[in-house]
Amino acid sequence: MAFTWKGIYVPQGAEQHVAADTPAAKDSIRKARLYGATSTKGRALVWLRRLSQAFFLFLFLYLLVNTEYIPSFGSGVETAAGAESVALDMPVNIFLSIDPLVGLSTAIAAHSLFKGLIWCLVLAIPTLLVGRFFCGWICPFGTLHHWTAALWPSIQGGKRIKRNRLQPFMRLKFYLLVGFLVASLFTTVQIGLLDPICLLTRSVGLAIIPGLNYVAAEALNLMALSNIGFLQSWADTGNTVRASTLSQDQAVYNGAFFLGASLIGLLLMNRYITRLWCRMLCPLGALLGIFSRFSIFGMRKDHEKCTGCNLCLLHCQGAAEPQGGVQWHAAECHLCFNCEGACPEDVIHFKFFPRRSDVEVGANMQRRSFMRAAAAGAVMLPLSRVSTGFWENSNPKLIRPPGSVPEKEFLERCIKCGECMKVCPTNFLHPAAFEAGLEGLWSPVAIARVGYCEHSCTLCGSVCPTGAIQPITEAQKVGKDGHQPIRLGTAFYNRGRCLPWAMDTPCIVCEEWCPTSPKAIWVEEVEVRKERKDGGEVIKLQRPHVDPERCIGCGACEYACPVKDDPAVYITNINESREPENRLLLKVIQQY
Amino acid sequence: MAKAGEIQSPYKGEDIDRRSVLKIAAGGVVGAAALGGGAAWLFDRENRPSEEQGRGMVRDYTVPDDPAYPQVVKIQGSDPSQTLSRAVELMGGIRRFIEPGDRVAIKPNIGWDRVPKHAANTNPLLVAAMVDMCLKAGASEVIVTDASCNDANRAYKNSGIGEAAYNAGARVLLPRKDRFHEMVLEGKLLKKWPVYTPLVYADKVINMAICKHHNLTNGLTACMKNWYGILGGQRNLLHQDIHTSIFDLANFMRPTLVVLDALRILVRNGPQGGSFSDTEVKNLLVVGTDQVAIDTIAADIMGRDPRTIGFLTLSDGVLGHMDLSRIRLKDLTA
Repeated sequence: MAFTWKGIYVPQGAEQHVAADTPAAKDSIRKARLYGATSTKGRALVWLRRLSQAFFLFLFLYLLVNTEYIPSFGSGVETAAGAESVALDMPVNIFLSIDPLVGLSTAIAAHSLFKGLIWCLVLAIPTLLVGRFFCGWICPFGTLHHWTAALWPSIQGGKRIKRNRLQPFMRLKFYLLVGFLVASLFTTVQIGLLDPICLLTRSVGLAIIPGLNYVAAEALNLMALSNIGFLQSWADTGNTVRASTLSQDQAVYNGAFFLGASLIGLLLMNRYITRLWCRMLCPLGALLGIFSRFSIFGMRKDHEKCTGCNLCLLHCQGAAEPQGGVQWHAAECHLCFNCEGACPEDVIHFKFFPRRSDVEVGANMQRRSFMRAAAAGAVMLPLSRVSTGFWENSNPKLIRPPGSVPEKEFLERCIKCGECMKVCPTNFLHPAAFEAGLEGLWSPVAIARVGYCEHSCTLCGSVCPTGAIQPITEAQKVGKDGHQPIRLGTAFYNRGRCLPWAMDTPCIVCEEWCPTSPKAIWVEEVEVRKERKDGGEVIKLQRPHVDPERCIGCGACEYACPVKDDPAVYITNINESREPENRLLLKVIQQY
Repeated sequence: MAKAGEIQSPYKGEDIDRRSVLKIAAGGVVGAAALGGGAAWLFDRENRPSEEQGRGMVRDYTVPDDPAYPQVVKIQGSDPSQTLSRAVELMGGIRRFIEPGDRVAIKPNIGWDRVPKHAANTNPLLVAAMVDMCLKAGASEVIVTDASCNDANRAYKNSGIGEAAYNAGARVLLPRKDRFHEMVLEGKLLKKWPVYTPLVYADKVINMAICKHHNLTNGLTACMKNWYGILGGQRNLLHQDIHTSIFDLANFMRPTLVVLDALRILVRNGPQGGSFSDTEVKNLLVVGTDQVAIDTIAADIMGRDPRTIGFLTLSDGVLGHMDLSRIRLKDLTA
């Protein structure tokens, strides 16, 4: 059969490997190969779904690469008299905002649904009515799994069909969901570790995009250094394209290797079992599966027509048991319509109000496993909080973004999605390793050796979907119009490494970079004898000091310090304004 | 063509034929030539100066001096555009400096994420006026760019310069790592350094600096220090000998025209300020061709003694004159 939109993929040797060993099943396979699927509606839905998947994957990536502020000049706004505020021109976090698991778990933990998360109803309500359409039609991570499984399978034919049956281990996702939600009840939000939107945003935004950018920039750099005229001019054009599509500056992130490698590893699982992530691990899929219990949409099977050719099973994405003779599992089905679109015998029909006898709903969790999962979720918080590092002996380098809520509330809200890190213009914010304990894995932590907090910038708060970083104004941040400035910490000098202090050499780059007015770093003019082995000389020198009452802990001094390895001026989180438990100066305490 | 089997067994003695022998020999020759040529090409490659580096040394964008016109004009005025065009008119008109078809690079100070009223960056209206003048003089392209200290996206936006220059018809380039190339500067201190090429590969270069406070240079940063913005790499090391590095840069870059923006100056907390109260309105503009003389005037505007400023004394008589009586100065404010 020539390739037509109604054609379905029927592998070579399907008669032997795919079909039940009956003449009728083999006949079905031949029919499928010759005429395609019987259901026109089924094939049309499959093509619509592919279109939808491509669109939403593109939209996701488009929003992610645009989670970066690049000014567009010539927008017609006159800024010469006074600048308009810097802001992103699109709602880059909508995928996170419509994620009901983000809404549910942060609402359980923080007892409040943060503003934009009300949009999760856009997804939650239709799922109640029709089932897990998000997984099959929208989820960008699901689409990547789907494509990997379809385009690069390692196991095919009969073996793949065996693996496409619903297996008991696939209930793991429900237990993970239970564990995460119980942890949320105990006020620690951990869904971000495995929530597909959080995971994909984090891994693609912080590892894959920077990685691609690195490869592109290096390749273009080779062209630019070639000393071949036309290659050099292509390199410049190529770099313009690279900067506008990937990222303008090369970003680096703490532990990006693991973020990228784990994503690739998860995708490679599809080579052995189709969409294993979605079937076994995805807590959002589990939540939507539970929501689908009340769905009025589902599968009707004409069991008597089924010949057992198993083409539906071969193409099944969710391990939802589409084949004749058994019940279809609503909680597992992604509504991809592959089965209806593959059936050569007109057995499978998706419709409203299907026969109840065809449908199995619910998660089928075992009571004991459910209790074990709940218990695991429950011990997470107390064990973390009775470890040192949270209340006592906390990490001085745990510097949170400007506008962050106090640490306890922060862990009730942060979903580790990495939006703040992706948008940070100076590469200041990074996914934490263990700076914030095991609980705070991949939550944002500032590394002032890599970047610094740009004085007027409030972008991280503007993209945070959960309010862990509050949306603040520039005036609130820098302390104008009656506000006290937001402090991330305090700068300290290591005079044993500082050029003017330790080596009697002029420097004060830190003072130049200190953005407050008056500056928190001030210089003392001294005349010192610069000793050398063969004599010495008297020189004038400026030695820097920190005024801790003025210091906002932005880290510009640490970033700019020329002592690159172990900086002579560095910030720690003491005196951060968000945390009443971490104050230092009496005078500053009075201000808040 | 010999069959594959024959090639696979060329050493079986009796069944080797001439064709196989020639093929093997040809392969050997090509392989040897490739290895030898490749090795010769790669041999000690890192120590061969690239064409680009050789194009360093002194970058002279000046036009011939004309005794009929002043070398420096100091002028008062509150309207940036009018004041600038009057000053340039007194200097002999923009056509004296820009020829039709020239590619012009304008180097304002876009170092900091500050708004115009903070006086940390060059006045955007002044930059726009200069772009406009150059285009009217027939310049084929006017590039406005700077290697900012703060995030360039924000600095270009909040300084207002990106927008103003773009609207005036300039090509506004955001600094990108790939546009920095290592060059030989042959200075006293700066021997080799990554240089921001769009500001160097041009027919004419115009330095448009703002008069600001800076603690390290006895309280002054103006035109000569503005050349820091053509450098990439670890420029924070240069503070250890800031005066020599400024001298080297001003020696390397000999601009067509120099404009000192002293309309609103930053008198405290330089070089980035951050409070409107750190600024003072002076309504002054200095335009000319002598960087040293103009920075001497800048020191005077800032209320500093130019003789205490190291980069000026180093440059006096070499790159220009601190003694204003030795240059043709037209001071309209006197």
